[in-house]
Amino acid sequence: MEAARLAELRALIARHKYWDQIFAIVGLMAMFAGMITLTALFIDLLIDSAPRLNWDFFTSFPSRRASQAGILSAWVGTTLVMLVTAVAGVPLGIAAGIYLEEYAPRNWITDLIEINVTNLAGVPSIVYGLLALGLFVYQLDLGQSILAAGLTLGLLILPVVIVATRESIRAVPGSIREAAYALGATKWQCVAHHVLPYSTAGILTGVIIGMARAIGETAPIITIGALTFIAFLPPMPFTGDPPAGPFDWLFAPFTVLPIQMFNWLSRPQAAFLENAAAAGVVIIVMTLAMNAVAIVIRYRYRKRIKW
Amino acid sequence: MSSAIPTARSRLAHRARRQWIERLIQWALFLAAFSAVTVTIAIVVILVYESLGFFEHVSLWDFLTDTEWTPLFSIKRYGILPLVAGTLVTTAVALVVAVPLGTIIAIYLSEFASHRVRETIKPLLELLSGVPTVVYGYFALLFITPLLQNTILPDLPGFNMLSAGIVIGIMIIPYVSSVSEDAMRAVPMHIREGSYAMGATRFQTALWVVTPAAISGIIAAYILGISRAVGETMVVAVAAGTQPNLTWNPMESAATITAYIVQVSLGDLPHGSLEYQSIFAAGLTLMLMTLFFNVVGHWLRRRYREVY
Repeated sequence: MEAARLAELRALIARHKYWDQIFAIVGLMAMFAGMITLTALFIDLLIDSAPRLNWDFFTSFPSRRASQAGILSAWVGTTLVMLVTAVAGVPLGIAAGIYLEEYAPRNWITDLIEINVTNLAGVPSIVYGLLALGLFVYQLDLGQSILAAGLTLGLLILPVVIVATRESIRAVPGSIREAAYALGATKWQCVAHHVLPYSTAGILTGVIIGMARAIGETAPIITIGALTFIAFLPPMPFTGDPPAGPFDWLFAPFTVLPIQMFNWLSRPQAAFLENAAAAGVVIIVMTLAMNAVAIVIRYRYRKRIKW
Repeated sequence: MSSAIPTARSRLAHRARRQWIERLIQWALFLAAFSAVTVTIAIVVILVYESLGFFEHVSLWDFLTDTEWTPLFSIKRYGILPLVAGTLVTTAVALVVAVPLGTIIAIYLSEFASHRVRETIKPLLELLSGVPTVVYGYFALLFITPLLQNTILPDLPGFNMLSAGIVIGIMIIPYVSSVSEDAMRAVPMHIREGSYAMGATRFQTALWVVTPAAISGIIAAYILGISRAVGETMVVAVAAGTQPNLTWNPMESAATITAYIVQVSLGDLPHGSLEYQSIFAAGLTLMLMTLFFNVVGHWLRRRYREVY
C-alpha cells in the first residue's frame, strides 16, 4: 500500500519534471528561431549579392545598367550625413542626460522633460521625417540637403543618447561626488572631472548604438524627399576650393546607403536586386560591427572599473 | 612672494567668476534637456498645422468613415480606414509571431537560463532589432514570400501583408522579451521560494506564479511591441504593397499608413498641395495611434513597479 503510493508520487514528480525539460527545450528552440532567422537573412543576402560584391561596387556611381552600378555616392553620403548627425545629436543628448541626472530639481518641468524623452523614444521614425519635411525642408528652407537629413537623424538618436548617458551617470557612486565636493570642487568641476570620465564607456556605447540605428534609417530620409539617383559627389568638406565655400557640402543633394538599396529593391529588373543585396550586406556589416563594438566596450569596462 | 598667496579680494573675484560660469553651464544644460520638449511640440505643431490645411478640403467625417483612399487617382477619396486596416493587419500578424516567441524567451531567460547563457543570448537577441528595416524588407519580399509560396501557400501574391507581418514580428521579439524579462525578474525571490516549498517545479512556478505576478509588465511589453509594429515603415513599404485595400485578410496586398507616406514622398510632391497635406494627416493618425499605445504601456509599467 505504502510502496504503491510512493511509486505513484514518484511518477507524478517525474511527470512534472518532464515538463520542465520540455519547456527548457522549447525555450532554447524559440531563441534559436530568432538566431536562425538572423543567420538565414545574412546568408541569403550574401548568396544573392555574390556577383556584385567587389571593389568596383564601392567605387562606381549608380547607373542605369545594373552591372555597372555602385554605391560610391551612397557611402560618401552616409558618411557625411552621419557626421552631421553626430555633431547635432550627440552633444545635445549628453548635455540633456547630464542635466536630468545631476542638476534637475524634482519639479514639474523635470517631469515634463522626462515624459517627453520617454515619448520621443517611441515616436515612429517616419514621424520625424514628417517633422523634418515641414520644418527643416520648407520652414527653414534647408531643402533636401545633407544638413536637413543629418539634423533629422540627430533628433532621432537624441532619446537613445539621453537614456544611455543617464544610465551610465547613475552608475557612478555618490561617494565619488562627495569626495569632489569635500575638496571644494564646484558642481560642474565635479561632473566634468570625475563623473563624466567614469561614465565615458557607457555613454560611448549608447552613442554607437544610436549611430548604428541612424545609419540604417530609411523612412525619415525618404520622407524629406531625398533624391535617389545621385551620380555625383557633394563638394569636398572643409576644403573651400573656390567657388565652393567650406560648408557648401551641407547643402548639397545626396543619397545614402539604405535609400540606394530601397531604390534598387523597387526596380522590376532582377539584376538590380543583386545590387540591393550587395548594398544590404554593406549596411548590415556596418551596423552589426558597430553593435559588436558597443557590446565589447560595455563588457570590458564593466570588468575594469571596480568601485 | 606676496603674489603667490592670493589676497581675499582676488579669491572672492575668482569665486564670483566661477559661480557665474556655473550658472551659465547649468542654463546651457537645461536648454539641452528642454530640447526634448521642444521637439515634441514641434512635431505636434507641424502635424496639426499641415493637417488643418488638409481638413479644410476634406471633412473629418469623410476621413474617418469613407472606405476608399485614392488621393493619387483622378477621383479622389480620402477615407483613412483602408490604411488603418492595413496597419492593424500587419501589426496583428507581427504580434502572432512576437508574443509567443518573446514570452517563451522571456520565461526561459528569467527562470531557466544560467547567468552565463543569459549574458550571451541577450546581446545576440538585441541584434535582431539592430538590423536596418530596409534589409528586413528585402528579406520579407525575396526570402519569406517565396518560401511561403513554395511550401504552404502557393497562391500567395508577391506583395502581401503576411510575410511583412512575420518579419516585423521577428524584429520586435527583443522589445517584447527584454521588457517581459525585466518584469519577471522584478518578482521578488521569496514568492518563487514559497512556490518551490509547496513542491512546485520550475515550470509550474514560472507559469502559475511568476507570470501572473508580472502580468502587467508583460502586457506593457506587448503594447510596446504593438507601437513599434504600427510605426514600422520600410518592411511594409517594400513587401506589403502600396495599393490601399480595405481587407482583413493578411494574404492580400495592402498599403499601411506608413507605406502611403513613403509612396507619396517618393513622387515629386508640390509643397502645399492636398497630396502633400494628406501625408501629414496620415502621420497625425499614426502618431495618435502610437501615442495611445505608448501611454497605456507606460501606465501599466508604472503600475507593476509599485506592487512590491
